[in-house]
Amino acid sequence: MEPTMAQYQAISKHLPKVCQEPHLPRGHLQPQQHRLLVARLHMASLAKEMYRMAQAPLFRCKGPPTSLASASGSFPNSGLYGSYPQGQAPPLSQAQGHPGIQTSQRSAPSQASGFTPPASGGPRLPSMTGPLLPGQSFGGPSVSQPNHVSSPPPQTLPPGTQMTGPLGPLPPMHSPQQPGYQPQQNGSFGPARGPQPNYGSPYPAAPTFGSQSGPQPLPPKRLDPDAIPSPIQVIEDDRNNRGTEPFVTGVRGQVPPLVTTNFLVKDQGNASPRYIRCTSYNIPCTSDMAKQAQVPLAAVIKPLASLPPEEASPYVVDHGESGPLRCNRCKAYMCPFMQFIEGGRRFQCCFCSCINDVPPQYFQHLDHTGKRVDAYDRPELSLGSYEFLATVDYCKNNKFPSPPAFIFMIDVSYNAIRTGLVRLLCEELKSLLDFLPREGGAEESAIRVGFVTYNKVLHFYNVKSSLAQPQMMVVSDVADMFVPLLDGFLVNINESRAVITSLLDQIPEMFADTRETETVFVPVIQAGMEALKAAECAGKLFLFHTSLPIAEAPGKLKNRDDRKLINTDKEKTLFQPQTGAYQTLAKECVAQGCCVDLFLFPNQYVDVATLSVVPQLTGGSVYKYACFQVENDQERFLSDLRRDVQKVVGFDAVMRVRTSTGIRAVDFFGAFYMSNTTDVELAGLDGDKTVTVEFKHDDRLNEESGALLQCALLYTSCAGQRRLRIHNLALNCCTQLADLYRNCETDTLINYMAKFAYRGVLNSPVKAVRDTLITQCAQILACYRKNCASPSSAGQLILPECMKLLPVYLNCVLKSDVLQPGAEITTDDRAYVRQLVTSMDVAETNVFFYPRLLPLTKSPIESTTEPPAVRASEERLSNGDMYLLENGLNLFLWVGASVQQGVVQSLFSVSSFSQITSGLSVLPVLDNPLSKKVRGLIDSLRAQRSRYMKLIVVKQEDKLEMLFKHFLVEDKSLSGGASYVDFLCHMHKEIRQLLS
Amino acid sequence: MATYLEFIQQNEERDGVRFSWNVWPSSRLEATRMVVPLACLLTPLKERPDLPPVQYEPVLCSRPTCKAVLNPLCQVDYRAKLWACNFCFQRNQFPPAYGGISEVNQPAELMPQFSTIEYMIQRGAQSPLIFLYVVDTCLEEDDLQALKESLQMSLSLLPPDALVGLITFGRMVQVHELSCEGISKSYVFRGTKDLTAKQIQDMLGLTKPAMPMQQARPVQPQEHPFASTRFLQPVHKIDMNLTDLLGELQRDPWPVTQGKRPLRSTGVALSIAVGLLEGTFPNTGARIMLFTGGPPTQGPGMVVGDELKIPIRSWHDIEKDNARFMKKATKHYEMLANRTAANGHCIDIYACALDQTGLLEMKCCANLTGGYMVMGDSFNTSLFKQTFQRIFTKDFNGDFRMAFGATLDIKTSRELKIAGAIGPCVSLNVKGPCVSENELGVGGTSQWKICGLDPTSTLGIYFEVVNQHNAPIPQGGRGAIQFVTHYQHSSTQRRIRVTTIARNWADVQSQLRHIEAAFDQEAAAVLMARLGVFRAESEEGPDVLRWLDRQLIRLCQKFGQYNKEDPTSFRLSDSFSLYPQFMFHLRRSPFLQVFNNSPDESSYYRHHFARQDLTQSLIMIQPILYSYSFHGPPEPVLLDSSSILADRILLMDTFFQIVIYLGETIAQWRKAGYQDMPEYENFKHLLQAPLDDAQEILQARFPMPRYINTEHGGSQARFLLSKVNPSQTHNNLYAWGQETGAPILTDDVSLQVFMDHLKKLAVSSAC
Repeated sequence: MEPTMAQYQAISKHLPKVCQEPHLPRGHLQPQQHRLLVARLHMASLAKEMYRMAQAPLFRCKGPPTSLASASGSFPNSGLYGSYPQGQAPPLSQAQGHPGIQTSQRSAPSQASGFTPPASGGPRLPSMTGPLLPGQSFGGPSVSQPNHVSSPPPQTLPPGTQMTGPLGPLPPMHSPQQPGYQPQQNGSFGPARGPQPNYGSPYPAAPTFGSQSGPQPLPPKRLDPDAIPSPIQVIEDDRNNRGTEPFVTGVRGQVPPLVTTNFLVKDQGNASPRYIRCTSYNIPCTSDMAKQAQVPLAAVIKPLASLPPEEASPYVVDHGESGPLRCNRCKAYMCPFMQFIEGGRRFQCCFCSCINDVPPQYFQHLDHTGKRVDAYDRPELSLGSYEFLATVDYCKNNKFPSPPAFIFMIDVSYNAIRTGLVRLLCEELKSLLDFLPREGGAEESAIRVGFVTYNKVLHFYNVKSSLAQPQMMVVSDVADMFVPLLDGFLVNINESRAVITSLLDQIPEMFADTRETETVFVPVIQAGMEALKAAECAGKLFLFHTSLPIAEAPGKLKNRDDRKLINTDKEKTLFQPQTGAYQTLAKECVAQGCCVDLFLFPNQYVDVATLSVVPQLTGGSVYKYACFQVENDQERFLSDLRRDVQKVVGFDAVMRVRTSTGIRAVDFFGAFYMSNTTDVELAGLDGDKTVTVEFKHDDRLNEESGALLQCALLYTSCAGQRRLRIHNLALNCCTQLADLYRNCETDTLINYMAKFAYRGVLNSPVKAVRDTLITQCAQILACYRKNCASPSSAGQLILPECMKLLPVYLNCVLKSDVLQPGAEITTDDRAYVRQLVTSMDVAETNVFFYPRLLPLTKSPIESTTEPPAVRASEERLSNGDMYLLENGLNLFLWVGASVQQGVVQSLFSVSSFSQITSGLSVLPVLDNPLSKKVRGLIDSLRAQRSRYMKLIVVKQEDKLEMLFKHFLVEDKSLSGGASYVDFLCHMHKEIRQLLS
Repeated sequence: MATYLEFIQQNEERDGVRFSWNVWPSSRLEATRMVVPLACLLTPLKERPDLPPVQYEPVLCSRPTCKAVLNPLCQVDYRAKLWACNFCFQRNQFPPAYGGISEVNQPAELMPQFSTIEYMIQRGAQSPLIFLYVVDTCLEEDDLQALKESLQMSLSLLPPDALVGLITFGRMVQVHELSCEGISKSYVFRGTKDLTAKQIQDMLGLTKPAMPMQQARPVQPQEHPFASTRFLQPVHKIDMNLTDLLGELQRDPWPVTQGKRPLRSTGVALSIAVGLLEGTFPNTGARIMLFTGGPPTQGPGMVVGDELKIPIRSWHDIEKDNARFMKKATKHYEMLANRTAANGHCIDIYACALDQTGLLEMKCCANLTGGYMVMGDSFNTSLFKQTFQRIFTKDFNGDFRMAFGATLDIKTSRELKIAGAIGPCVSLNVKGPCVSENELGVGGTSQWKICGLDPTSTLGIYFEVVNQHNAPIPQGGRGAIQFVTHYQHSSTQRRIRVTTIARNWADVQSQLRHIEAAFDQEAAAVLMARLGVFRAESEEGPDVLRWLDRQLIRLCQKFGQYNKEDPTSFRLSDSFSLYPQFMFHLRRSPFLQVFNNSPDESSYYRHHFARQDLTQSLIMIQPILYSYSFHGPPEPVLLDSSSILADRILLMDTFFQIVIYLGETIAQWRKAGYQDMPEYENFKHLLQAPLDDAQEILQARFPMPRYINTEHGGSQARFLLSKVNPSQTHNNLYAWGQETGAPILTDDVSLQVFMDHLKKLAVSSAC
């Protein structure tokens, strides 16, 4: 099949005398193994050689010799790798390649519904193959190798029979398909890597290196990046293989296509992967097995996910006054997996096996297969996702909810006025209020609105329709907040339009001369919550806030930003809220169903970690626009605001995940609050928010019956209807580890691990969190290696097909701003990203951690599809091209220095590269195909993301390029993050340690 | 005797002073034996159209403890330009400005006819009057509408440069900012939370010189002290705005569920009003005018909970100690009243509701600050509307009949000391040489603060003769008292009115006749009544009555002429003859009897009793009854059931009520429509006469009395029947066998029985 598969089947190192002459042997690709998911890193183990390589793994071939000294001296021995004891690497004497495991499920679209037999254990060995690494067997001492780079120079070929050739030059078949991958490009950027000498700064020169056997400046060697698993390739393959056919959910335990693949879903009894994605679709039967594998069992649930127009949103089922039919014991809702027995008079709960009577009005005969005759007429018996209308028993205080309300709370302190924010916002609100979310075909939105402005006191507005002018009511008792009015605060837009318009006109004028710089925060939210409480409804607060709340009031904060804490045990305090007042408030908000969306416009430290507590716990969103200026950030802010106001939200929600006997949901990640261990309480939940749930065994699972998940979300729709949304998912259970590894989803795994790690930084030092991740990853891979891929040479790195991207992605997580902050990243940014990731779905984490890099001029100009991405590495950039880079939050347009003048002209309307304004955020609207195409592409990228990405034009060799390079995640990062290659080597070493 | 009556009247007209005794017993022992203490009713600002103020400042005695004002009683050495203080005998130099003084060229204050003189002080910044409306919005729609109209109307009556402010309250308290254009702004406070003055000022942004929301330039507080707040603005600047604002006032929007009272935060609203003025305009004349339509139901100062099923406290509850909010609320309002008094502001309470509104708890606000208390059934009645309007009436000079921030300083001759005062005042706790150790009323001081007063405000001031029996006063010696009242005139000037009076000393042994003859029984009755009412505030009702009775018996024993153990021989001289009757009616009055009155009503009656002048007070004690009939011109008749005759129209004035009562026959005639027949025009006139007279009283009286027009058998006739002396009751009617008068269904003793008992006890040697 795809020949490109081959490129990551082996990782090897070579010691070329000159970089133009790589001697890397390449993994051999056997025809029947093209989808083999084995990457081997063959390690030869001559200590001295290894050692030299370790000194200068990558740089020699790129950087000028001057950079060598510092680069070699600074090779990681702290930070990521510093903690690994030296000299534990086992001797690597065997050099022959080992066959890996062949897994095949990804390769055969035709077999989508079935599996090839499990490929574990010995019998498969003959068919397993792996490209061989030029592992050398050196007879040297095996001790005390700083074994960061694990492949020795290929001086002699190992006797491995499958070794087919050098890895260095790519097979010719790559070039036509993947032009961006051409290794020849590597060199061209070499000199541009100015920052390389600095890489070492976070890493003090490793004394161990120096004290070891003296490293002789040997010719540099490097691992060919093209030979290691490429995310781009995996994504492309999956798109090609699985993007064409709809994904039918009828089969249990079926792994869905990747999130990056566009596919349609046909609901035939299991929830769409848009709603639920699991780390593994095959759950180990026993907890021992799970423990051994260390693969986290988690589901990423997005209960209110929005669907593409081709897919129908869940049907609403009305079971009448008695409410939805449920199991009497475990309270699970009626679902396709319930077993009807005794001719349909009873049903057995698929979760707890309890036998329940079927109520007479629900009775239906069974057909010969034991299925209800009406199964296909009833969504709850045939679909994975559907909704029930809730009865009054499911409502707060046993009263049907009133329609929710939106309250806009606007900071009018000096900062907000000065930046023009207030004027902009008020102007926008006038039109935006016509687009409040409405349900179905409703004429007008049922949502009522209210307005508050504040600085160190709060101003409420009475906008009752009968008034000629709005009335302002000032509450200065911020210590004990209350709502000064009831009638006239929350109003129907259409009834009070004139008054509201008048108010929005006057707000900027009224405060135009303000000198008040201090603001409050907690009282503002409290006021909104009290207002909702008084109006007896749920709702959402939109808070527009500019500065650290230092005014005397509850929740007063002080500036505690201290960069000195980074990399100390106290670093975690930067992520923790300053006071408990915020949590207390959040709890009250959740109880009231008051969701808080926070828009921040700071020009200095505002303590996002503390301010975001309430949005975080109430299911709200935080938006941050640092150094907001109307000219530059208007589009981004307004676009986010529009989307945020218009998006469909469920209020006052409770989510419960029920599982069949044997496993249990034990841990939850996301933006919500939990007052007990099972119920996820969400004051508000929109279609962008996900909840990641981790499962643990509490009993043996049965291979036959599999494992079931049912996620039930009780919520109030934006029209005030109380509903239950049910998602069901059946998973397979396995007794063989190989099955587990074959049915994993790396993207979901990364989503889980990132959330786990990002929560970990609240309690543990960042370094410990990173180590935990690395260890877990190593354990997962080692377990695979040990149980599914043996026998093979210890020098080989063998990765399961499903997880071959785990190292690269994990490395991205490890070097993300939260876990490894660079010098330029602020504490606020870290806290901001940390909380963003907490509720990201799989697609978002995927692109967030591994940005998309799209070349602009490579594909034909008339092609309407997105150009194929290239790997996020500087080596992949051609200075004659332009690239778009996006990660869901940022969008860069990188312009190579030698890009054609015509291209510059048609895109920027300037005559030469040097005239392009660096940092430009808007492309001129020009009437030519290229300009249209690029702008169209930018628009389509933005449309895919939940937040508006502001464009930044970066010129090659410009100072802004530093910013851009931060997102080239396969490279070594300025803050000390390892490059992909380095990390892979390190991972290999870890695995080997575990195995030995 | 006529001479004494004239003397008393003359003195009252000139000085606004009525003494219980116009010749003073010269020793302490004798004075105490006189039963009725030496005391006077002082009307500090009695209207004196004939007394233009002098444009200079008074000359004071230089002794720091004395500082009496130069007065006609001082001895003056014209040659040496010296004067001797008649209180401390200090010899003082005249100030340089008095250089030209001589026997023929005397300053006004030395002339005998200027025993009362008013000085005008030019110094000091004048600050405008301040009116702060505190308005309850938990009213019925029409009530609120009426109140809004009254308030809007009042804006036109205020002096144009006066500052006004508006606070509204219901469940929340709103302080309205008045200066702004466009959006109307208000500061809102929780109605349940008591705030200190400091907090209130912080929250209103009054502590900072420049408010961010105010127009760009910070205002220098020194330059314009009254511009520092946006909440109080000159009427002329914002009357349009305020009129609109008042017009837009809505009823309290918070829902009131069935069976609940609206939540009314009167306590906090008042507290904020006080705090606002305290921070911005201390020691400046200001009126806080509280308009409330019900009891405070939440927060500090709450009087009753919001559950309708639990009624507001009654006297019965209070006796049983069942009024759970009373003590706390009273304490809250007392604290406010004292703070207000300390700042020289006054609080008016306009309470209009059918049920009680908590006047009992709030009374101190008006009582201690000299504010008005008005009680009505609804804001939509002429009683309230006219009363409210009457506050802004002007005198002959076109000045408002109100004065602010007064201090009353009293100086006495050595033989006298000041025991205390009863009236709308608070003690300033100035202990001087002339302060007695025995307190009567508010004592222990020689100075009082009267934050709000008008030309009829009257204080009862009690003295003690301290001269020892063995230190006789030389023949012809006179005791002197000087009343010095500093106040802010409604024209915002500071003024000082000085009244210096002197009375002869007399030896009781030898000159009892003189003393007797100089007894002012009206003043004495009112002064004793004030003492009684003052005691009733803190003591049990029966105790007070017993005390009054004992005093009366002792007085009769002392001054009656009788043979021991022979009641029939008992006689009282003319100057005492009416006194027992006054006491009889006082005992029956609502000031001492709480039966049939709610605690609020009692508070209301007592409030007015403690501040009205002698004439009005007497009317309150013993209502006036006029008779209109074909038998002759209208005449006053006895306040007795025998006066209720079928062919009479009666007009009763109890101060609080004006009752017109048509006798049985008259009522029948009227029913038959005789008044409309031309041939019975005289009947029409007869019907009209009392109406006209009543109208006259209604026009002059403040507060406007309740006007009741009833007839024989009418339900409202009870107002009359409860006041008249029950000489005929169901008990004695048939025994007497008379057909005149109307029997009163009561077990109360009649005046006759009362007198019989009194005589018996007076002549008995037992007591």
